[in-house]
Amino acid sequence: MIMHKSEEILEGLYINIVENKKKAVSLLELKLTEESAEVKELVKKELVTLKTGNLKLTKEGEPEARDVVRRHRLAERLLTDVFDMKGLCVHESACEFEHILHRGIDEQICRLLGHPRTCPHGSKIPEGKCCKEKGIKDTRVISPLSLLKPGEKGKISYIQADDQAKLQTIMAMGVLPGMELSLLSNFPSYLFKLGNSQFAVDETIARQVFVRITK
Amino acid sequence: MKAKKIIIAGNPNVGKSVIFNAITGSYATVSNYPGTTVEVFRGKTKINGEEFEVIDTPGMYSFVPVTEEERVSRNIIFAEKPVLVIHVLDTKNIERMLPFTLQLIEAGLPVVLVLNIMDEADRLGFKLSTKILEEQLGVAVISSIGTMGKGIAGIKDKIAAYASLEPSKLKVSYEPAIEKFLLTSGLGRLRSLLVLQDDTEIIESVKKEQKAKYKELEKEIDKLKKKYSQPLSYIIALTRQHTATKIVEEAKEKKGRVLENFSETLSRLTMNAFSGYVILFLVLYFGLYKFVGEFGAGYLVGLMESKVFGEWIIPPLANFIKHALPQKWLQDIFINDYGIVTLGMRYAFAIILPIVGTFFFVFAIIEDTGYLPRLAMLIDRIFKKMGLSGRAVIPMVLGLGCGTMATMVTRTLSTKRERLIATLLLALAIPCSAQLGVIMAILTTLPVLMMIWLVIINLVFITAGILSTKLIPGEPPVFFMEVPPLRLPKISNLFVKTYTRMEWYLKEVMPVFLAVSLIMWTADYSGLLKLAIKLTAYPLSALGLPVSTATVFIMGFFRRDYGAAGLYDMSRNGLLNHNQILVGIVVMTLFLPCIAQLIMMIKERKLGTAMAMTGVVTIVAFGTGYILNLALNIFRIVL
Ligand SMILES: Nc1nc2c(ncn2[C@@H]2O[C@H](COP(=O)(O)OP(=O)(O)OP(=O)(O)O)[C@@H](O)[C@H]2O)c(=O)[nH]1
Ligand SMILES: [Zn+2]
Ligand SMILES: [Zn+2]
Repeated sequence: MIMHKSEEILEGLYINIVENKKKAVSLLELKLTEESAEVKELVKKELVTLKTGNLKLTKEGEPEARDVVRRHRLAERLLTDVFDMKGLCVHESACEFEHILHRGIDEQICRLLGHPRTCPHGSKIPEGKCCKEKGIKDTRVISPLSLLKPGEKGKISYIQADDQAKLQTIMAMGVLPGMELSLLSNFPSYLFKLGNSQFAVDETIARQVFVRITK
Repeated sequence: MKAKKIIIAGNPNVGKSVIFNAITGSYATVSNYPGTTVEVFRGKTKINGEEFEVIDTPGMYSFVPVTEEERVSRNIIFAEKPVLVIHVLDTKNIERMLPFTLQLIEAGLPVVLVLNIMDEADRLGFKLSTKILEEQLGVAVISSIGTMGKGIAGIKDKIAAYASLEPSKLKVSYEPAIEKFLLTSGLGRLRSLLVLQDDTEIIESVKKEQKAKYKELEKEIDKLKKKYSQPLSYIIALTRQHTATKIVEEAKEKKGRVLENFSETLSRLTMNAFSGYVILFLVLYFGLYKFVGEFGAGYLVGLMESKVFGEWIIPPLANFIKHALPQKWLQDIFINDYGIVTLGMRYAFAIILPIVGTFFFVFAIIEDTGYLPRLAMLIDRIFKKMGLSGRAVIPMVLGLGCGTMATMVTRTLSTKRERLIATLLLALAIPCSAQLGVIMAILTTLPVLMMIWLVIINLVFITAGILSTKLIPGEPPVFFMEVPPLRLPKISNLFVKTYTRMEWYLKEVMPVFLAVSLIMWTADYSGLLKLAIKLTAYPLSALGLPVSTATVFIMGFFRRDYGAAGLYDMSRNGLLNHNQILVGIVVMTLFLPCIAQLIMMIKERKLGTAMAMTGVVTIVAFGTGYILNLALNIFRIVL
C-alpha cells in the first residue's frame, strides 16, 4: 500500500507524461521538495526516478499510475451516473474515492458501469482487463446499448461524445439522457424502442449510448 | 403582389408531403420511410381568394443541420420569409418532436403546429388536450389525419388567418450562464444559440459580418464551453427536451399503451436475421421475378410488341408513310431500321415502359409499407464492408428502378464518402429496371446464363465496393435510422405515385429516343455509322462479339436499356450464340449509365468526379467482358 498523497503524485505524472506527452514534471510544479515523504516513498519503491528536481515514471511506475487514473475516473463516473452527483463536487469526492477502490473493486465497478470509456469530463479512462471480455461476468447497473440483452429496458444515462457530429445526429433524433428505451434485438443491427418509435443503429452508435438498466 | 409563402416543415416521415398535397392539390411523393422528399417542392393554393405559395421541405430533426437536405430545409426557412411555418409532427411521438416546435418559436417564426397521424395515436389510446398545448406553446394547434383528409380545412383556416396570428411568447430558459451569453452577445437569441451549438454556417456568416467582434465572442464561448463537461449543444438540447416534456405532461390526458399486434410481429420478422432474408427472397421472387419479370417483361411486353405495335400501329402507319412519302430516305426517318416509330417509340413504349411501370408499382408497394428501412437494418452489416451504411439500401433499390432518381437520392447519405461510393456503384453495377427487365426477358429461357450473370454482377458490385472503401479516404459510415411502423399502402397513392414516376420517366426518355433515332438515321446516311461500326468492331471482336452488335453498343451509349433492347432483338432473331449473349449482357449491364444519369452525376458530384467515374465504369465494363470471354475460350465452355 502506498500513501494517498503518493497516489495523487502518480496520477499527476501519468496525466502530464503519458497523456499530455511531457518529458518530465518538476518537483516545483507539484509544490514538493526532495525531502517530501511521498517522493521518498515513490523513489524507494522504484515507481519514479528523480533527477535534478524532475520526476519521471519508471517502467513499474507507469502501470501503477495508470491504475490510479483509471480508479479516479471510474469513481467520477460512479458518482455521476449512479449517485447523480454534479459539478465540482464530483472531482473532489472522486479524489477521496479513488483510494478506496482497490484492485478487484475497480473491476467490479467498471463492470457495474458497463465499461465506460471516458470520465464525465471527457478524459479517457485507461482500459482494464475486464473491458476486453465484452461483458460476460458483468453485474450491470449501467450498460452501453451494445451490451444490453434483447428485452431489457432502461433510462438513457449519458451519451458518450467522442465525435461532435455523431453526437449531434444521435441527439437530433431525440435520443437524449432521461429518455426510456428498450432493446428489441441486437442482430443484425441494434433495434430499440424509444417512446412510440423504433430506431435501428449500428454497433458504433450502440456503444455510445449508456443506459441505466431498469428491467 | 407576390403570393405569401407558407412553409411545411418537420421531422422526416410525419406526413408533410401528404398535407402539402392535400392543401395544394399537386403531388409530392409520399412514402413510408424517412427521407422521401429530397428536394423542395412548391405548389400554389387559393384560400378565400388569396393566393399562397406552399413549400414542402425535406424532413429534418433539428435546426442544426447534419445532412445536406436538412441544410437545404433550414436555409429555406430562413431565406423565404414565410408568413407561416406549419410544423407537422407525429402525435404519438410528440414528446420527441416538440423540441423542434420550440426551435421554430425560438427563431421568431410564426408557427402553426399540426398533430398529424392522430389515428395511430388514437389506436394507442394516447390523448392530448390541444387547448392546453395551445396555451402552453402560444401557437395554434390542429389535429389531423393527413391520409384521410381530416384537419386539412382547419389548417387552411389558419393559413387564411395568418395576419391575425400572434407571435408566441414562450421562451425556453437555459442554464443561467448560457442565458447570460444570449443576452449579451448582441447577435440575437437565435443566432447566439446556433453559434453555441457550433453551427459552422452561422459562425462563418457572423465572422464575415463582424470580424473583430467575433474574436471577443469566441473567448466568451470558450469560457462557456470549459464550464460544462459536455458539449454545449448537448446541454441546450437537454434543456429544450425538458421544456418539451413538461409541456406534454401538462397536456397529456391519457397515456398510451403498448400494442403487440400482427403488424408488430410481422415487423420483427422482417428484421430477424433468418426470417428477414426469407422475406427478402420472397419479395424479390414475387415482386421482381414474377411481377416485373414474367408479367411485365414477359406478358405485357409481348402484348405491346406483337399486338399493339406489331399489328395495330406499325403496319397501318408504314402503309400510310409509304404512300405519303415516296423517298426511301424520308420513310426511314419514321420506319424501318432506325425509324422513330419502329425503333424509338417501339423500344420506349413497347419494351421499356411496361417493365418500368410494373417495377415502379412494386417499388411503390415496398416504399409505402415501410419495408425499406427494415431492409436497411437487415443489410447494414454487409453494406459496411463496402463503405456504405444500411441507409444506402434506399438509393440502391431505387436504382433498380431508375439510376437517375437514385443518384439524386444519394443526398440522404450523411457523409461525402458514402455519397461518392453510392454514386459509383449505381453507375457501375446497378442495372435500372428497363435494362433489368429486358435482360430478364432475354434470360428467362436461359437459367444457366441468368445465374452466371447474377454472380458476375454481384461480384463486381462487391469488389468495386470493397476497393472503393480502401481507396477513398474518410471516416467509415455510421448507421442510424428511424424505423416507421409497417403501414397498409393506400391504393390511390400507389397508383398516383407509379403514374407520376412513369410520367417523369417518359419525359426523360422522349427527347432521348427521338434523338437516338435521328442520330442513328443521320449516321446511317452520312456513312458515320459505318465508320463507328468499324471502330467498335475491333474492341467488340476482342469480346468475342460479332460486328453486328456494334450498332447495339452505339445505341447503348445513349441509354443502356436501348442497348439491352437491341440485344433482345438480336438474340430473339437467333443472331447470337449463348456465349455472346452472356458477354454482351454483362458488358451492357456494367456499361456507362444513360445520359440522364450522367448529367445527374455531374450535377450532384461535379464534372471531374463524374468523368473519372465514367472512365472507371467503361474500363471495368469492357475489362470484365474481355476476361469473361477469355475464360470461356480458354476453358472451352460452350453455354
Ligand atoms: N396512419 C396515417 N399515416 C399517415 C398520415 N399522414 C401520413 N401518413 C403516412 O406517413 C408516411 C409518410 O408520409 P409523407 O407525407 O411521405 O411524410 P413526409 O413528412 O413528407 O416525409 P419525408 O419527405 O421523408 O420527410 C406515408 O406512408 C403516409 O401514408 C396519417 O395521418 N395517418
Ligand atoms: Zn474527470
Ligand atoms: Zn471494464
